[in-house]
Amino acid sequence: MSNSTPLSRDQLAQRVAADVTVGSFVNLGIGMPTKVSDYLDADRRVTLHTENGMLGMGPEAHDGEIDDDLINAGKIPVTELPGASYFHHADSFAMMRGGHLDLCVMGAYQVSVTGDLANWHTGKPGAIPAVGGAMDLAIGAREVYVMMTLFTRDGRPKLVAELTYPITGLACVNRVYTDVATFHLVDGRAHVVDIHGIDFAELLARTGLDLVDARANSVPTNKE
Amino acid sequence: MLEVMPTARAAVEDIGNGATVMIGGFGTAGQPVELIDALIEQGATELTVVNNNAGNGDVGLAELIRLGRVRRIICSFPRQSDSWHFDARYLAGEIELEVVPQGNLAERIRAGGAGIGAFFTPTGYGTLLAEGKETRIIDGRGQVLEYPIKADIALIKAARADRAGNLVYRKTARNFGPIMATAARTTIVQVADLVDIGGIDPEAVVTPGIYVNRIVVTAEATA
Repeated sequence: MSNSTPLSRDQLAQRVAADVTVGSFVNLGIGMPTKVSDYLDADRRVTLHTENGMLGMGPEAHDGEIDDDLINAGKIPVTELPGASYFHHADSFAMMRGGHLDLCVMGAYQVSVTGDLANWHTGKPGAIPAVGGAMDLAIGAREVYVMMTLFTRDGRPKLVAELTYPITGLACVNRVYTDVATFHLVDGRAHVVDIHGIDFAELLARTGLDLVDARANSVPTNKE
Repeated sequence: MLEVMPTARAAVEDIGNGATVMIGGFGTAGQPVELIDALIEQGATELTVVNNNAGNGDVGLAELIRLGRVRRIICSFPRQSDSWHFDARYLAGEIELEVVPQGNLAERIRAGGAGIGAFFTPTGYGTLLAEGKETRIIDGRGQVLEYPIKADIALIKAARADRAGNLVYRKTARNFGPIMATAARTTIVQVADLVDIGGIDPEAVVTPGIYVNRIVVTAEATA
């Protein structure tokens, strides 16, 4: 996929969905990552996990479908698909911590080129810390994809050489999907596999990173 | 020995000041609302509460916090759009907070119920939440030593119990119920439906009756 403009939120969700392996077990984080499910067709046979205790989660529930006992990790009413299962919290987290979950997609404040993730705490004085399942997902899922805008509102890159926000997990992120570029993080460097509405020279200049232009190549991955 | 209690209030009558109380539920799903309301009425204070969150809106755990009855809370995700009572107490320095990654919270409760002394886990390694904790490299990975959480009381909600105390839950309302039931000295369960022995298929039991001390049937029916 290549665009002359940055990807919209929906296009970004579609871009991530295109890379989700057929038949995999996937956890989609709260917020933007939830949108990825809109682009996972049934023939992909992807099973969605929600950490509050369910596999086989279906789309958001509406009107008559709403059941207070059936919610996702964002506490939004959802539906169950045929083949769904329920389990308690320790089993749910054992599923990710034990390396059984193929993929999780999360948002982030910052990611380092070595795959360190910051997405739980702004570190601002007076901010109330709240971590939820982020640290467990970061270290537990076999692959971690981050989905975010590449730049903050004031133009600073969120893909960085070293984190300045509090760490969620070390060396855990495999790929970063952003509105302007997709990065595979391999051996301590960020490989750019596609760009949208920005040219490579500008990407280098605005991130200040030693990026690898991998647009024409098949990219190495850390995938097992 | 299992007791079927006449009211939620009677079920929580002996909870003492300073008790550690696990409260089931994730958001409102599985929240034992009637038992929490009974605890509010009963008056125990200086409580340590273990829950995934720190109260939502103005009811249940949020109300217990508003009343200043919670000295300390152990949870994974206190800050939410509707956690105003917790936020106010916390920012005023009136409640102690231990933030625990959600999987560590669940596993520490499970360990508490299973007699595990402590365990190493990669979750949280290298983060603020591992500061001051013992770490070790195991299998080439940094891991953090985490200790179990046990409680005096667990307040949980199940969909149905039989008179042997066996429980089944409903959908994602199961969440922390089965592990909290194992980790407390006294487990108190509210159910919408109490059936005779034989009324739950043994193959379908999620929490065996050995973990359950008191049952109260609440008027509320599940959807």
